[in-house]
Amino acid sequence: MYNFNYYRPLSLEEAAQVLSAASDGKLMSGGMTLIPTLKQRLANPSDLVDLSEIADLSGIEAKGDTVVIGATTTHAEVADSEVVKSQIPALAALAESIGDPQVRNRGTIGGSIANNDPAADYPAGLLGLGATIKTDRRQIPADDFFTGMFETALEEGEIVTAVSVPIPKKAAYAKFPNPASRYAIVGVMVAQGPAGTRVAVTGAGPGVFRVAKMETALEKNFSANAIEGISVPAKGLNADMHASADYRAHLVGVMARRAVTAAG
Amino acid sequence: MPDSGTNTGIGASVRRKEDFRFLTGKGKYTDDLNRPGQAHAYFLLSPHARAKINGIDTNAAKQAPGVVDVFTAADLAADGVSGPICGWVVTQKNGEPHKSPAVSALASDRVNYVGEQVAIVVAETLAQAKDAAELIEVNYQPQPALIKMKDALANGAAQLHDDVPGNLCFDWEIGDKAATDAAFKKAHHVTKIDIHNNRLIPNAIEPRAAIGDYDSGMDMMTLYTTSQNPHVARLVLAAFMGLGPENKLRVVAPDVGGGFGSKIYVYRDEIVTLWAAKKLGRPVKWTAERSASFLTDAHGRDHDTHAELAVDKDGTFLGLRVSTLANVGAHNQIFSTATPSYLYGCLLAGQYRTPAVYGEVKTVFTNTAPVDAYRGAGRPEATFVVERLVEKTAKEMGIDRAELRRRNFIPPDQFPYQSPCLVQYDSGDFPHLLDRAMEVIDYAGFSARKQASAERGKLRGIGLSCWIEACGLAPSAVVGFLGGGVGQWESANIKFNPTGSVTLYTGSHSHGQGHETVFAQIISEHLGVPVESVEVVHGDTAVVPFGMGTYGSRSGPVGGGAVYKAAQKIVEKGRKIAAHLLEASVEDIEYAGGTYSVAGTDRTKTMAEIAFAAYVPHNYPLDVLEPGLDETAFFDPMNFTFPSGAYFAEVEVDPDTGVVTVLDMVGIDDVGTVMNPMIVAGQLHGGFAQGIGQALYEQCVYDENGQLLTGSLMDYCMPRADHFPSFRTEETNQPCPHNPLGVKGCGEAGAIGSPVAMLNAVIDAIGVNIDMPATPEKVWRALQSQAQAAE
Repeated sequence: MYNFNYYRPLSLEEAAQVLSAASDGKLMSGGMTLIPTLKQRLANPSDLVDLSEIADLSGIEAKGDTVVIGATTTHAEVADSEVVKSQIPALAALAESIGDPQVRNRGTIGGSIANNDPAADYPAGLLGLGATIKTDRRQIPADDFFTGMFETALEEGEIVTAVSVPIPKKAAYAKFPNPASRYAIVGVMVAQGPAGTRVAVTGAGPGVFRVAKMETALEKNFSANAIEGISVPAKGLNADMHASADYRAHLVGVMARRAVTAAG
Repeated sequence: MPDSGTNTGIGASVRRKEDFRFLTGKGKYTDDLNRPGQAHAYFLLSPHARAKINGIDTNAAKQAPGVVDVFTAADLAADGVSGPICGWVVTQKNGEPHKSPAVSALASDRVNYVGEQVAIVVAETLAQAKDAAELIEVNYQPQPALIKMKDALANGAAQLHDDVPGNLCFDWEIGDKAATDAAFKKAHHVTKIDIHNNRLIPNAIEPRAAIGDYDSGMDMMTLYTTSQNPHVARLVLAAFMGLGPENKLRVVAPDVGGGFGSKIYVYRDEIVTLWAAKKLGRPVKWTAERSASFLTDAHGRDHDTHAELAVDKDGTFLGLRVSTLANVGAHNQIFSTATPSYLYGCLLAGQYRTPAVYGEVKTVFTNTAPVDAYRGAGRPEATFVVERLVEKTAKEMGIDRAELRRRNFIPPDQFPYQSPCLVQYDSGDFPHLLDRAMEVIDYAGFSARKQASAERGKLRGIGLSCWIEACGLAPSAVVGFLGGGVGQWESANIKFNPTGSVTLYTGSHSHGQGHETVFAQIISEHLGVPVESVEVVHGDTAVVPFGMGTYGSRSGPVGGGAVYKAAQKIVEKGRKIAAHLLEASVEDIEYAGGTYSVAGTDRTKTMAEIAFAAYVPHNYPLDVLEPGLDETAFFDPMNFTFPSGAYFAEVEVDPDTGVVTVLDMVGIDDVGTVMNPMIVAGQLHGGFAQGIGQALYEQCVYDENGQLLTGSLMDYCMPRADHFPSFRTEETNQPCPHNPLGVKGCGEAGAIGSPVAMLNAVIDAIGVNIDMPATPEKVWRALQSQAQAAE
């Protein structure tokens, strides 16, 4: 780890101020990706701005037909939340499937989506549920937020403050984890509700994506049979020693059907 | 609950004395130790798998803040310090010794694997050492790497070492080629198999670490290190690496968090850290980072094998032919020649009376990390070959897997049994092990369970392995005859304290096995002292008289044997003291359970009273007997021990994803006398976890350039508790006939017998031969190819 200045601001304003004053500042929430990167000397930020002490950023509440989750809410808090478990059980289950207990108790929803790891679970969760990402400047629909591998619509210095998730009629997340890292080799969120019928896939491609053909089929008939035989092309999907593109394409179908069945 | 407190002798499930400190974070591992004024070391590791080093410029690094000094190979060579050695000379087919390249203490004119240590930076802090390491300029000239064994053996391949033509470490054979060829001519059926035994990375929970400390007043060097065998480390450092003499060198291996073989060897980092401490006149501490452990700890396995079994019409095995390529990595280490030769070839007959066996092994240098003994060391590889072949034969001949094995077992009345592969099996009851395993797994009920799985859309499979191993290393004379470089006895020193408690000094080394408990149980059993009153001391050459350490499942049979022998010496000396105190003749003194008595009377003396008299000899036969109650014994076994077992694995495969779920794992083991059932079960469970890890999850992958793709726990899948069902183990408690405790050893058994049982189960489920690890995609692809073939 190289040396850096460390700040733990108590307000968003202060965070933005410190960040803008830094020559190469970096926001940190749970640090689950950033800290290992620093330890391996693969990143060398001048300043680290830790968002964990900003009170307004953490917490979960039901607001009308949505559940609003603060950016620094940990995966464990989402997984254990009575609100999430009763309103969007698929999202609680997704949070429970992330990493291991250490990661779930440190990692946060805001950190996960701002990092947008192509194998992270939350991008599929939020895109599949049609969530809206709130920042200190604006509101961004999930459809516009996740723009590519480790890329998001966030501007320089823009800070995620919360996500607002519409409560679906039915939803489920089916995940095929990498047995070593427990990141998704393929993870599929299927949902039907106010945001329409959605199938969002993480892990398989360079970034989270929706499968329009499956959505159309499910719109007409929300059953696993309806999407039997609908496959995603392997071309362009990720391939590594853990799973080839062919296998990932196959798993998208399997996981989507399992998610539909689980969503009921 | 274990019956701790009522009976603490042999056979009781005494709770582990050492666990309180381990489970409460109070263990003292090497990295927990700090020496006054210590500096911190960081090693610069090669980023290339194969490169010439045209020069190393350390000037900028030496000027960096906090840096004490920076050293390279030239500095060590100037002091006559050299690198790791090979401990076993294997005689090749042509009668010549195997090839061991000279290894320098740090890479000098070339590097041969990613992670090879190139320079050491010593600084006031670790962060400063790491900063400075980035300033070292190494002028590498990268060259194409030789990663695959066949590439390294190809005609005209580049050489890793100038002194090793063709990158061939040895070409070795065992058994009778002519007799085996003749057996194949008579065969009704020949089963053939080509299999790969996957390469593994040990991943002990505690990374390797070392602290060098030099006392200039005493001219004494001390190395605190993560070693399984500190006395051997001292011997090797003094005799071969130029860091002696032995009497001026102390090696301390305090609490050590797992070894699995990877901490047997003396590595470059330890040699250089110790040397640097003396050079700089201040203590130097180094601890491996996990990523460095992946790159530099000796890896395990990595065999490619073609094997054939010749079988009679009724399934009788006639002959076995095995040809193996074994990867030894970039250079040899202590056991890297013994592991793929004797520790492998001697077990190729398995549990069967196959009359003719011929095995040949070529070991190959490649641009990968050194490969050496890893839990089981050669014996899992042998078991894998034999039990895959037998399972495949059963399928090809349409004979039930258990029945085919039963027809070929060495019968229980044929022991001792001279195997065609050098060793003489001492004991075993293979039909009994198989019978019991079949009962426990409910073999007869399998087809109904398979049907039930099929109804849920799942493929169920069952796999068997009937295995035997040779451990309890070892009879020194045999080891010496076969080329081993050291004796393989063990020592124990029992010191009674005047108040009746005992301190036991053992040359065995515990890095998780539970010696502090089990050795105390031996003392409790034979000297009548409760385990709470026995302190077991190990791991320090300045305190423990001698020792050969712990590997090859030797601590119970050999280390325990030494403890037993020392206890008998105590009993005999105590008898003389008792005779004096009880005013009787020695012949009339009876001993049992810590109490001496005069035969036929109620006059007694306890061991505590004897100990007190021995140290406060006011009423003592000083004219004929020395005071004190302190005895040392060395034990050198007559033979290896031969644990055996019958293991069943049962799995379910999800055909949609290829995921294998382990449903059941049953092990019936003959590990000899069981001294502590709870600890034996723990050893077997751990072995199962490692064995199933190899079968389903673990795989070391280098890319074609020699970069380690599985360089972290994010990519190298260690097995986890939630991968497993509750394991079911039973032991038969049949004593080893040739060591005093009847112990055969259980440390490696689980890892030897379980991988092939598990793979056999997966192959039974899917009906297609695949290699380990049976990862989901591999299983899915096998099912796809089968479906295509059926179309």
